[in-house]
Formats: sequence, structure tokens, C-alpha cells
Amino acid sequence: MILDEEQQMLADLSERLFADKASVDTLRAIRGGSHGADYDTDLWQAMVESGLTGILVPEAHGGMDFGLVSAGLVARETGRRLALTPFLSTAVLGAIAIGRAGNAEQQKQWLGPIAEGALIVALAVDESGKHRPERIAARATAKGDAFVLGGEKTLVLDGPNADLFVVSALHDGKPALFAVDAADAGVTAEAVTSVDTRSMANVRFDNASAQRLDAEDDALDDVLNAGRAMLAMELVGLSRAVFERTLAYLSERKQFGMRIGAFQALQHRAAHLSVEIEISEAMAFQALAAFDAGVADASQQILAAKARAADTARLAAAEGVQMHGGMGMTDEFDIGFFMKRARLASELLGDANFCAERFARARGY
Amino acid sequence: MSDLEEFRAEVRAWLEDNCPEEMRQPLASDAEHVWGGRRWQFSSEAQRVWFERMVAKGWTAPAWPVEYGGGGMSAGEHDVFKAEMKRINARSPVSNFGFWMLGPALLKFGSEEQKREHLPEIARGEIRWCQGYSEPNAGSDLASLKTSAEIDGDHFVVNGRKIWTSYADRADKMFCLVRTDPDAKKQAGISFILLDMDTPGVSTRPIQLISGESPFCETFFDDVRVPRANLVGEMNQGWTIAKYLLTHERDNIGGEPPGLLKGRDLAQMALQAVGADDQGRLDDPMLRSDIARLEIDAMAFRALVEQTRAKAEAGEGVGARSAMLKYYGTELNKRRYNLMMDAMGGLGLEWESEQTGGGRYAREWLRSKGNSIEGGTSEIMLGIISSAVLELPKG
Repeated sequence: MILDEEQQMLADLSERLFADKASVDTLRAIRGGSHGADYDTDLWQAMVESGLTGILVPEAHGGMDFGLVSAGLVARETGRRLALTPFLSTAVLGAIAIGRAGNAEQQKQWLGPIAEGALIVALAVDESGKHRPERIAARATAKGDAFVLGGEKTLVLDGPNADLFVVSALHDGKPALFAVDAADAGVTAEAVTSVDTRSMANVRFDNASAQRLDAEDDALDDVLNAGRAMLAMELVGLSRAVFERTLAYLSERKQFGMRIGAFQALQHRAAHLSVEIEISEAMAFQALAAFDAGVADASQQILAAKARAADTARLAAAEGVQMHGGMGMTDEFDIGFFMKRARLASELLGDANFCAERFARARGY
Repeated sequence: MSDLEEFRAEVRAWLEDNCPEEMRQPLASDAEHVWGGRRWQFSSEAQRVWFERMVAKGWTAPAWPVEYGGGGMSAGEHDVFKAEMKRINARSPVSNFGFWMLGPALLKFGSEEQKREHLPEIARGEIRWCQGYSEPNAGSDLASLKTSAEIDGDHFVVNGRKIWTSYADRADKMFCLVRTDPDAKKQAGISFILLDMDTPGVSTRPIQLISGESPFCETFFDDVRVPRANLVGEMNQGWTIAKYLLTHERDNIGGEPPGLLKGRDLAQMALQAVGADDQGRLDDPMLRSDIARLEIDAMAFRALVEQTRAKAEAGEGVGARSAMLKYYGTELNKRRYNLMMDAMGGLGLEWESEQTGGGRYAREWLRSKGNSIEGGTSEIMLGIISSAVLELPKG
């Protein structure tokens, strides 16, 4: 697929906004504790002002009502600039979960605030170190008109800052999605700083009050697939950025009296990597467009896109570090940040093995 | 109804009426491919009927101008036509290097006389062309070719030797790169000429490959006299045409897998050969994983091919993309055949047996190894990407 005019405008807007507002310096400041928050609050504010937080929110609730292709253009920039914001957790996972599974009242209550940047949402699905969304021990029981929820969740992205959790739990033995207010007395979020400085949490729910989000049976699949699609774009953006830096280094670093980019051993590896990146990007865009169009095999395409983008990003980061030589191992150079980010984005919502296995299953073998 | 939709309805109706049922299935083997030419023998009545009807329509070369024997279709009509052919799985009625390579070259570089002489012959399937490029000492370094063409009156006198000429022993004519200026810088002394394989002094010798088949030949030239009117483009400007055509060739090679696996699902072949566990999963988890990774890469590769096509149609430059597609597409195809062999086990080991159609699994697997060599090796493609796309420093 190629971008239409509206998407191209959004791509340009996102690129300018992130070039302007996002920097690795902020990531370093957040890591050092001198930013004052564990995500980039200035960038997030700029995204709110540009309407990007409402990119998937329907117009009736104050959003832009664009599709995943458009949201993916933003996600690509977050990877490219190593931006730390709750975009994925709130503007994508939160907006889609509530938009697909919430009833009219719930949508009214939460979608507007998501678009306005007044609500941070975190998705609490996993209960073990590897993403296995169908393995759920958390339970919800009816209590009057509402529910109480108990269980423990891990790998909750943006959990420490969340105002609202979207939680998977069993009710009557069947999985369903619930919304839990982070301020509820039954919620304990223990912050965990990840290898790439993103804010994560282990969250414990102990008789927490919950509302059921239950409009569609397969809503969780849609939410997870949308998240995987965004992570694929983030990984593509990250791959491009680390590759650009590596190419620049190959063209300036001299050894044996010549620029190292002239060595065929490095040229062929760089050329191979460039092909991998082009292919992963084309796959990701095609998968996003398939999701937007409601194509039957869209979920297969998204699994393929996530698996491939993860492998590509990890290759790009590994080659980036290796080709920067000793400098690639230093904290002073930014290359290592891409490797760390690639690691986390690969793991979230299913690593390449997980995605490939599900892909095979969906294809009937 | 828009003009294109009207055109689609016409094409669909005509194909329904005229494409024989037997011609609506994928080729069972390369032997069913219709190459055309002076000595062509159809292997079935359906083949002949389909060929003759399409020739009469000018649809063997749908996008070439009508005055040169083509179908005169616009780009939009050509897309519709291809889609309609694909819809009923219609086979190509005839194709050879004349359609794929020489036609596009003549349309771009040929004189009016050359176009009128050669294009209709190609479109009617009367002449089977071959390509004389590589030489024993000019493979990846094609521009160092030495086959010489010296001017003698109204003729060139050609001497030398070509290698890897596809089906030279069955072709009627050859388009050929020859050295016309031995003193110039190597790319600057090459010309592009056309010659008849029946000319005295031309001889061919098939080369047997590891697959046991002989799709390629050596071709020898011993004082072969070629009319000077058969020079395409300017004297010593042949390299420009060659480069243009290499891009075409790469597009062909990087596309759909040929032969056995064309249109066939590797996973289904593996399920049949290996069996499934009680949950319906391929009963070999490592092979299953390899196939899943291959299918993912194949799906992603098709996405890039589609995107490249869409960009080209939108008028965006796609530059050295063809080198990327050639590199990845051929490497992917080799992986695919390796996995097919892993799945087939004993069947894949048979070399001459009825149940494998004469060892087709093994032979096609071996043949696929050449994909990343012919038309520019993978290493040459990576070199092109390094310099033309990445602009890395020269050594």
C-alpha cells in the first residue's frame, strides 16, 4: 500500500513534531531522575495539543477517528526517536479497548478524556513473564450491578501512571475485559523500571471494584492485534533510526587508512539489513491497512508483521552496536538505547516466536 | 459503467468463450511452457487453440502498440487484463526472451524498421529468442566480455563464445552483447546486436546441470557475418541497453516461485508428507517453525513487491528496488525448496521414479540453487544496493 494524502500529511506532521520535541536527552534525563516524571511530559503535551492522543477516538468523543495506518505513522516516530510516552497504552490499547468493548456510557466517560490527554490507561493482561493472553488466573465476581476483581498482572506498560486499568479476568470461567479505577483501594501498582527506561508495573488487584467492558466477544483479540501492529511500526521506526546512524558511522569512521563503509564485509551486511527493513516496513503497512479494511486474514498479517519487525529491529540494533565497534558499547553513544528498546518492544504482546506460532496455527498447520 | 469496467466485461466474456479448460490450470511442469518459434511443436490441441486465438487478438503482447502486433492496451487496461487472466488461472499462451527482454529493449532503443521487423514476429510467437550475455570470463563482471564484432563492409564479423545462453539450442535468434571497440573503457566498447542462429559459424552445446537438465548452452561464433542493420541503438552504446534489460530480468526472477511450488502451499505439502499431531499441527515442531518463518517472510516479501508496483504506477521512482527484490526473492525461493526437501524426506531423494515424475523434487531443488546466481548473483545485488541505495564509500 502507499499513503493517501491525509495519511501523508499526518506522517509529515508526526515527523516534524517528534523531530522538534522528542530527544534522547529527555530519555537520559528521565533515566537520571531529573525530568520530574517517568515519561516525556512535554512531548505528551504536544501530542495532546496536536490531537494525536485522540487519533483512534471517534469524532463524537472529540477524536480524529483515523485508522491504524495513521496511528502507525505516530508509532513509527516513537520508535525512531526513542520517545517515552503513554501513546501505545492510552491512545491505542486504551482507546480501542473502550471503543470496541465499552458500552455507550463507558465510551462517553473515558474516550473524551483520552482524546484530551486527561486520562492515562494501562492494559493489564499478562500474568507471567511471557505473553500468554489466554492464561488467566484473575477472577471477577458479580457484586450488585458491578464486579469485584482479584488477581496479579505483570508487564503492565505505563502502569505506574495509569488512571484506569483495562484488565482481563475470568468471569464464570470465561475471559472478559474489565475497567478498574487506579485510585481504587484494592489496587496496588508496584513500579518497575524496564531496561529501556519505560515505565512498567506489576499490579495487584485485591477485591477491586470493576466495570465490565463486554460489547464484543473478540474485543481482546482486536485490542492485542492493534497493539502488536503498533509495536511493529515502532520497531520499524527504531530499525530505520539505528540503521541511519550506523550508515553515517560507516561513512565517516576510518581504519586501515580508509572509511570502513568501503569494506565489502560490512557493505553486504548493511545492504542485507536495508532489505530486511524495507520488507518489514511494507509488511507492517499492509497489515495495518488490512486491519482498517477488516480483511479476513488481517490478524495473520499483523502476527507476521510483528514477528518480522521484531527480528529486523534486533538485527538492526545488533549490527548497529557491532559496526560502531567499542563506541557501540558505551553509554555515551545512543546506539545501545535502540537495542534496549528493541528488546522490550519485541517482547511486549508476544515475541517473534509467539507470533510465528500463532501464525502457523491460524494457517492450519 | 466506466471505460475500464466496460473493458473488463469484454475481456472476461472473451476469455470465458476462448480459453480452453485445459489452459486454466497452473503448468504441471516447465515442459508445458509454450516457447513458440520456427520449430515449435504443440503438445496438445488446447495449447495450439489457445495460442492461435490469443495471437489473432494481439493479446500475447497486450501492452505493445497495435502497429507492432501488440494489443495496444493502456497501463490501466493491461492491469485489468492481467487480473482477468489470473482470475481464471489462464496460462500464458506463449512467452520467451523476445517478450520479456528484446521487446521492451526494441520499444525503447530500436529503430522504426527494427520494431516493424521484429516485434510482430515475436508477438505472433514465430521467433524464439535467446540472450547472449555471459561469457566464460565475463560472469558477474559482464562488462569485461570479449566476443568481438569487427566491421567488414555492411557486416559485422563475430568471433567468440557465450555461456549460460538459455535454450540457445532451441532458439531461432539471439540478441547479443559484443565488443566493438577493444580500446575503449570496458563498458564503452560494447554494442547490442541481433543475429539469426542459423547463420553459418554459429554452433551450440548444451550444458548439463546438477539437476540433470540442460536449460543452458554454450554458444560459439566462428566468423559469423551479421548485417550492420542489426545493430540496436548506437554503436558502442550497448551497455545502456544491457543495464536496462538486466533490471527487467531481475524483476522476472524475483517474482513468483517457478515450477513445482508455483501456486502450491508448502505447509500443505508438508502436512501430507509428515503428518499432523492430535491437535492438527505439523508433526515436526522444528520444521513447522521453519515453515512459519518462511511463510511470514514470503508474505512480507509480497507486500514489498506490491508496494513497489504501486509506487511505480503512481510515478514514484523505485530506483534500485529491483536489486532488492532480486536478492531477497531468490534467496527466499532457495529456502522454500530446502524446506520442501526437508518435508519430503525419501520422496525428495528419488532421482528417477514414476511417483516423483522423474525425481522432480530433487531436480527442482537443485535447479533453484541457480536463482541467486543467474541474472546477477546475490553478492552483486548486495553490491548494487550498497552503492546505489546506501551510497556507501567505494573501496
